[in-house]
Amino acid sequence: MNFTEEQIMRYSRHIILKEVGGKGQDKICKAKVFIMGAGGLGSPAALYLAAAGVGTIGIADDDVVDLSNLQRQILHATSDVGKAKVFSAEETLSAINPNVKLVAYKERVTSDNVRDIIRDYDIVLDGSDNFPTRYLINDACFFAKKTLISGSILRFDGQMTVFKPHAGGPCYRCLYPEIPPAGFVPSCSEAGILGPVAGTIGVLQATEALKEILGIGDQLIGRLSVFDAMTTTFRELKVRKDPDCELCGENATIHHLVDYEQAPCAIRI
Amino acid sequence: MSDIKIDAVLDITNEVCPMTFVKTKLKLETMELGQHLEVIICDGEPLRNVPRSLKEEGHKIVGTKKEGNRFHLIVERGS
Repeated sequence: MNFTEEQIMRYSRHIILKEVGGKGQDKICKAKVFIMGAGGLGSPAALYLAAAGVGTIGIADDDVVDLSNLQRQILHATSDVGKAKVFSAEETLSAINPNVKLVAYKERVTSDNVRDIIRDYDIVLDGSDNFPTRYLINDACFFAKKTLISGSILRFDGQMTVFKPHAGGPCYRCLYPEIPPAGFVPSCSEAGILGPVAGTIGVLQATEALKEILGIGDQLIGRLSVFDAMTTTFRELKVRKDPDCELCGENATIHHLVDYEQAPCAIRI
Repeated sequence: MSDIKIDAVLDITNEVCPMTFVKTKLKLETMELGQHLEVIICDGEPLRNVPRSLKEEGHKIVGTKKEGNRFHLIVERGS
């Protein structure tokens, strides 16, 4: 726990907190968080985690910045349009906090590379915009015993929860056993999103990540927090571990990672 | 106050609020339970705020000595 004068000043508002202190900030500075996607959820989450001083932040995204992203993907600026999202993210985050080690994965995360990518991290924060990636990340986290902080958003609604099946909680497949068929997934033209709803959920995911790193508070395990921006309310739903879950249940049938396909015009928030 | 063994000394007279407390807290975190830290602190706001924050975190102020416009606080590391 040897902070520089610059770090003491930078993290002073954390250090003041009784539940954090120098020891807690030291944990944050040594933590490694992987963020899936530098989009609507990944942007606010990465900004706060970098500002908080998380030691290593990995971000994977194979996309480039599009003008239509800027309404909510606040890591990127107008001048970044056309640039790889992970490199735009790297620039923004290192400008906020040069203490943070950033690892950019400008590639599609698949069953071939996901294990190698998440191996080096303590926590995985899912900010992906499609079901195949969510299932892949969930399964990979289950096999690697990584805590998964899951979030999703659509229109004026968002939801988030923490999956920690290795500590007894449910996994994503306990909540959503099967990938929805193409017709049930909103298409591009149906999938609007109010910008700050992405921020609300992404920032809550960052909060849960810091709580997990610090080991404080009540974790959002087995609880799905559902935000409705129209009424400005949060509802909480219990999520039970499914004893028949194909991934984490007693008679699990999934023992390998699976790459699902998704129609090109399915939601891309 | 003279019979208390001082384990470390910290001068925070050049710091402003809230760095006064932050520096003191960080120093105490490196010390063992029951050890004593002598904190040199300015009169006024620091003297009003720092001891209060230290007490809230479970530390004890076991002595105070005035020297000019500065104070020497003896803080016992709590939990």
